Amino acid sequence: MSEKKTKRRDFLFTATTAVGAVGAAAVVWPMIDQMNPDASVKALASTEVDVSSLTPGNTLTVLWRGKPVFIRRRTQEEIDEARKVKLEDLIHPEKDEDRAKNPEWLVMLGVCTHLGCVPLNGKGDYNGWFCPCHGSHYDTSGRIRKGPAPWNMEVPKYEFVDANTIKIG
Amino acid sequence: MSDHDYRPKSKVGQWFNDRLPLLTLANHLTDYPTPKNLNYWWTFGGILTFCLITQIVTGLTLAMHYIAHADMAFESVEHIMRDVNYGWLIRYIHANGASMFFLAVYIHIFRSLFYGSYKSPREIIWILGIIIYLLMMAAAFMGYVLPWGQMSFWGATVITNLFSAIPLVGEGIVTWLWGGYSVDNPTLTRFFTLHYLIPFLILGLVVLHIWALHVPGNNNPVGIDIKKPSKDTVPFHPYIVIKDGFALLMFMIVFAFFVFYAPNILGHADNYIEANPMVTPAHIVPEWYLLPFYAILRSVPDKLLGVVAMLSAILILAVLPWLDTSKIRSAVFRPLYRQFYWILVADVLILGYVGAMPAEGLYLLIARIATAYYFLHFLVILPVLGFKEKTLPVPLSITEPVLGGSPNLAAARNKESKIE
Repeated sequence: MSEKKTKRRDFLFTATTAVGAVGAAAVVWPMIDQMNPDASVKALASTEVDVSSLTPGNTLTVLWRGKPVFIRRRTQEEIDEARKVKLEDLIHPEKDEDRAKNPEWLVMLGVCTHLGCVPLNGKGDYNGWFCPCHGSHYDTSGRIRKGPAPWNMEVPKYEFVDANTIKIG
Repeated sequence: MSDHDYRPKSKVGQWFNDRLPLLTLANHLTDYPTPKNLNYWWTFGGILTFCLITQIVTGLTLAMHYIAHADMAFESVEHIMRDVNYGWLIRYIHANGASMFFLAVYIHIFRSLFYGSYKSPREIIWILGIIIYLLMMAAAFMGYVLPWGQMSFWGATVITNLFSAIPLVGEGIVTWLWGGYSVDNPTLTRFFTLHYLIPFLILGLVVLHIWALHVPGNNNPVGIDIKKPSKDTVPFHPYIVIKDGFALLMFMIVFAFFVFYAPNILGHADNYIEANPMVTPAHIVPEWYLLPFYAILRSVPDKLLGVVAMLSAILILAVLPWLDTSKIRSAVFRPLYRQFYWILVADVLILGYVGAMPAEGLYLLIARIATAYYFLHFLVILPVLGFKEKTLPVPLSITEPVLGGSPNLAAARNKESKIE
């Protein structure tokens, strides 16, 4: 048959489909994106914590963005133990110096990087934390040493507003 | 469906049926020729329909009193238990109903595995069944989150975190699922919505499942193709209706035992503690019906591979019709498969047991061996068995060996005595 006419039709079909696809995507995206964190959730981005009552060897757990944050004032032994570990021995190599800028204070999300449980303090094979759900062991720097978790416990963005107050987020 | 011409007796019936042939459908369902040797393992399709309707009816009534909000969900469930008239009964039926549903579906699935019901020409029925099973697990998981107890919260946290194992986009997907940075109110409200929706999706799939079943007709304990209708079949009504009804009655006795005498025995005490994002319960365990898969997840020491293994364990069932190379359907005529079948049953039960135990020491070792065997069964044993196994001679019809003249009279008689 006449090929020229067919090509014209093909162009119309392609153009219609393309416009239709863009239109469909424009409608679908809001339906997907509405499930992402909303403005009120995002607004709770930072929290300030008074840590004046915390003595060495103790941990304060606070809630930030619905997740627990461990603030641990470490003892000298804990710091020494964390700093003498060789990087080669770590599953997720990170220096303790980078995780705790001020060595006495360890601030991290108290969330196991395996499946999100809250690890228990002072338990496990490395004197740090132990996750009861699937058996991940963390050291005194919150680094994963043994078990199914792939990463160290996450250190959030935080800063000392003054000597006694930490701002997380 | 169109293999018989049906015409309603009354004028009104004819008038209606010419416009919407519902009466033809009803007639098809009552006259539907069914193999006459179906045993009680075939009654679980009807039992499962009952379970689905029970969950929908009790679920709708619970939804009239439940409040899907993180601050009020836990209290509203206690309100249902204490204040709402018969609320305790409706909630216990719904909660135990989920367990009964899974009990029935596991028997239904293992019946298919024994009698080869998944094989040609019934692959689509089987795959629809697997999709229904997946949706059941999703519905059960989200339903368990709704009371907003400790197990609800941490179960939701652990299961949604499975998606974080996906490289690159995993974390983004988890945040999207949560609608925040942890399991919280947005998570609860969307889980409630989906928990409400899924049973109706299942209902639609059940219609397709039965439709697909009515094209080739039922498989049967002998596993042979039969002529329909013939001496080998009986009409669905009243023969199968009565048999299904009796089995359902027996099933309801078990159901009622749990509801009235042990309503919490299948649950966890921790779920009567309100959700607390600061404290994880010492021992997180899913509901019993998910334990085998949970054991597979924990038996792999790598996060991503553990999730992949768990999903594969379920999805491998969808390709089962092509993994099983044997032309013979029923295990009655497959002496080797019959033994491997029972080993698989034991293997799944062992996985379920170790799934409930802490993942350490001997339990972990057993879980790893059982996981390896599970995949070995489907990926190696089944394909090889189809070529190597020496099967027993199969009868030509259901009636023939009983009436004499078949070469394998003994096998058929043996089978008959087992059914009784």
